[in-house]
Amino acid sequence: MSLDKNKVVEIIASRVAKELKDGDAVNLGIGIPTEVANYLPEGIKVWLTSENGMIGLGGKPPAGKEHKDIINAGGGFISEVPETSYIDSAFSFAIVRGGHLDVTVLGALEVDQEGNIANWIIPGKMVPGMGGAMDLCVGAKRVIAAFTHTDKNGSSKILKKCRLPLTAQGVVKLIVTEMAVMEPTSEGLVLREVASWTNVDAVKAATEAELIIPEKIGTF
Amino acid sequence: MAKIIDAKEAASLVKEHDRILCGGFLASGAAENLIDALVAQNTPNLHLCVICTDFPDRGVGKLIVNKQIKSAQTSHIGTNKATQEQYNAGTLKIEFNPQGTFVERIRTAGAGLGGFLTPVGVGTILENEKELIEVDGKKFFLERPISGDVALIRAAKGDKSGNLVYSKTAQNSNPLMAMAAKIVIAEVDEIVETGELDPDLIATPGLLVDYIVQHKD
Repeated sequence: MSLDKNKVVEIIASRVAKELKDGDAVNLGIGIPTEVANYLPEGIKVWLTSENGMIGLGGKPPAGKEHKDIINAGGGFISEVPETSYIDSAFSFAIVRGGHLDVTVLGALEVDQEGNIANWIIPGKMVPGMGGAMDLCVGAKRVIAAFTHTDKNGSSKILKKCRLPLTAQGVVKLIVTEMAVMEPTSEGLVLREVASWTNVDAVKAATEAELIIPEKIGTF
Repeated sequence: MAKIIDAKEAASLVKEHDRILCGGFLASGAAENLIDALVAQNTPNLHLCVICTDFPDRGVGKLIVNKQIKSAQTSHIGTNKATQEQYNAGTLKIEFNPQGTFVERIRTAGAGLGGFLTPVGVGTILENEKELIEVDGKKFFLERPISGDVALIRAAKGDKSGNLVYSKTAQNSNPLMAMAAKIVIAEVDEIVETGELDPDLIATPGLLVDYIVQHKD
């Protein structure tokens, strides 16, 4: 069974949203992580931040209401909320590194069972640079990797050991894909939850990393 | 007191082999008129310091398309094909920095410090080019300051004394760049009389700014 792209995004983003606590300071990466903001549970309000110097992000403005000087870290227009503030880039990354950012949600090319993450370079092929990804991975109190379980060729993105150059070492605390929720621990990668549309065997078959399968596994 | 000049005169202050510090993030807060004038002047062999290399037709990306940049210190080139092509061809040298490290290196230069220690990048391939220092059992990179010859920055308003206020996310690295270069040129959307800006809102004091250029669309 496979899912259409919108459903994949919805499953991942809505599950990640449940990890956020009221009052958390949260940085959402480009792509699927950005969508998390649309699935915040009732009564949960977070400080969304953007590393280009905005604290308190609203949604995408309606057509014609864009402000040329209000963009998010992906370059897209964004709107203010009543509590919005702006800071310079050094202040912004001091917030990231200084223990003031509770959660960062990032996409990844690869994550491994030791919590390593690679998402900034494919040597010889794609060298965009790390942008703020290394700072966010090292600085945030909790790093959640949110991405499709497999790449476009169907290969697992959750590996025994990352093959691409790392963005950061041992920082990923939770992995959320359209198939499963997994937690890198000192014992190894633990399968915590399986999506309701699939099953444990399918998750194991789609995962290169060694999964620890506990007796009790949740569904989402 | 800042001197009000036009973009062409401002560009003439940039010389071959200069290290230019450019404000902006994905061209938001980029000094577009100053960059256009520098493209028209066609000064080669510049060293560029900027958060990212913007787009081929916006921000510092235009200097790269025009092949005026021989080397760059930046954090991201993914939105500019010209940067990637010249980097892959070996005609443009790039030192990649984590974004927070990059801006802190600029800040450090402007604040007169010799460097700083950061955990960002430890355990990655950046270890090949950085000095590791262990403090209380924790590993850090020693990061050195980055200063420049000329800063090309953008602000929303500037008064005739050079005081600047910024607008929203167009602020980004601009106030940092204003601290770290020998010559600071600010392109502003509006020039006002001294005394008109709320002193509480001035982010860059005029003593840091040498020249003001009126932005024109």
